[in-house]
Amino acid sequence: MKKVYVNEDWCLACHLCEYYCAAANSGAANMVAAFRNGKKPVSRIQVEEGDKVNFAVQCRHCDGKPCVRGCIAGALSIVDGVVCCDENKCVGCGTCVLSCPFGCVVFDEANHRIQKCDLCLKNHDGEPACVQGCPNKAIVFEER
Amino acid sequence: MRYVIIGNSAAAIGTVSGIREIDSAGEITIISDEKYHTYSRPLISYWLEGRVSDKNIYYRPDDYYEKNGVKTVLGKKVTKIDTANKSVVLEDGLSVPYDKLMVATGSKPFVPPMNGLDKVHYHTFMSYDSAKAIRSELKDGMKVLIIGAGLIGLKAAEALSEHNVDITVIDMADRVLPSILDARAAQKMQRHIEAHGVKFILGTSAEELTEHSAKLKNGSTVEFDMLIVAVGVRPNTELVADAGGKVERGIITDQTQKTSLDDIYSAGDCTVSHDESSDSEKILALLPNAYMQGEVAGRNMAGRESYYLNAIPMNAIGFWGVHIISAGSYDGEEFVEETESTYKKLVFRDNRLVGYILLGNVARAGIYTSMIKEKIDLNEVDVDLLKQKPQMMMFGKARREEKLGGIVR
Repeated sequence: MKKVYVNEDWCLACHLCEYYCAAANSGAANMVAAFRNGKKPVSRIQVEEGDKVNFAVQCRHCDGKPCVRGCIAGALSIVDGVVCCDENKCVGCGTCVLSCPFGCVVFDEANHRIQKCDLCLKNHDGEPACVQGCPNKAIVFEER
Repeated sequence: MRYVIIGNSAAAIGTVSGIREIDSAGEITIISDEKYHTYSRPLISYWLEGRVSDKNIYYRPDDYYEKNGVKTVLGKKVTKIDTANKSVVLEDGLSVPYDKLMVATGSKPFVPPMNGLDKVHYHTFMSYDSAKAIRSELKDGMKVLIIGAGLIGLKAAEALSEHNVDITVIDMADRVLPSILDARAAQKMQRHIEAHGVKFILGTSAEELTEHSAKLKNGSTVEFDMLIVAVGVRPNTELVADAGGKVERGIITDQTQKTSLDDIYSAGDCTVSHDESSDSEKILALLPNAYMQGEVAGRNMAGRESYYLNAIPMNAIGFWGVHIISAGSYDGEEFVEETESTYKKLVFRDNRLVGYILLGNVARAGIYTSMIKEKIDLNEVDVDLLKQKPQMMMFGKARREEKLGGIVR
């Protein structure tokens, strides 16, 4: 299965992936519209910055899937290997935040729910927004 | 193969998943004394609050049973496991034969003896029906008394605060949420909840109940129109105990989730688990635990060896917008950091993280949970970064590559 991977040697910590992710998942038509209304949309990818190294982290769609198994609402499910969240069912309890070993589930406080990477299945054709937007090609979408 | 599952919540659904990983043809029957399609028990407070609709309280889609080849017998209680004939007997006398049986009977509300309680109309808060009963009796301006400031009692309080009622919570413990919080975090949460109009009377209990009032041991009296008893839960172990299975505080299983009885498995809140973080036996009444135990049991029932390991107490919950995530054991060397609105406690023992409490800022808490479960030695991480916040940066490059899937070369 193709997943998003990050080359930490190339990540510049520019955080552009976070902006592309947030805009792509905001439902808005474009970046300007996504950020214009005053509320900063939630990014499902997060950049960690260090002294010597930076990298972005997002859902690994891992084998264990403790988030899906532990979901109290039955909101998380696996669709063709991709962990997806039914936003109408999620109550934002945070059990998936408690369970995710990579810290890849983020709260969407304004809507009382969580958000997580679904590889842009619903909003992009082919390639996730973070991958498309990375100026240094540190983020790739590939089979491993 | 005939699989019978007693229970219809998380552990039962996990069992179906475990069985169906291996055996797509075997006959599965779910029997429950509740009449509903599988629903999420922890969502009853959200339903009462009005945030979850009648439709969204269900744990799985409408066509779940059909898609998974599950027959259901709903609204009927199992009264006996007949191990000699390998069948379960229902309240109407009907018996259902099994080759492999799952006992996923969960827990029931614990109602301690209180003077006068037998003459008072009261509610518990554990089932969809109990939430519906509360909802149907709610009236504007009502005084509600909740006995129990634990997870269930406070979730009930939060839900009811969306209605126009006056809420008082009493607890014998001197603080709220004693099962998951330390004294300091509890104080913060109590203040936060009080700011939303809920009154607390802690460190005392009801001495005498009459129809509309509770006389407390501290001498005061609380008037109420509705009483909710949410003191705690007790596992439903009777079926296994009566059949001669080993039961202590809960049903005893091995790591495959098999009970001491042949072909009988058990999972979820009715069982005793091994808490890896404190190396002790505990009832871990948590939905993820129930589901994953069920899954392991299901695989074993279908003939594939599987073990349930690395269980720890863990909890994610929130009240009026403030999240709490906690896990593991609180016995060890502490690191505490606090701001006006947040609290963080990390507990270290044997050179590893064994427990934590995060309140207010709980982002990425699962990284801490995984450190406890994987028993990662502190020599393998940057401890300063660990203390700062949960982050993948604290792991060395090699471990990070392994966790995140490697780098592009």
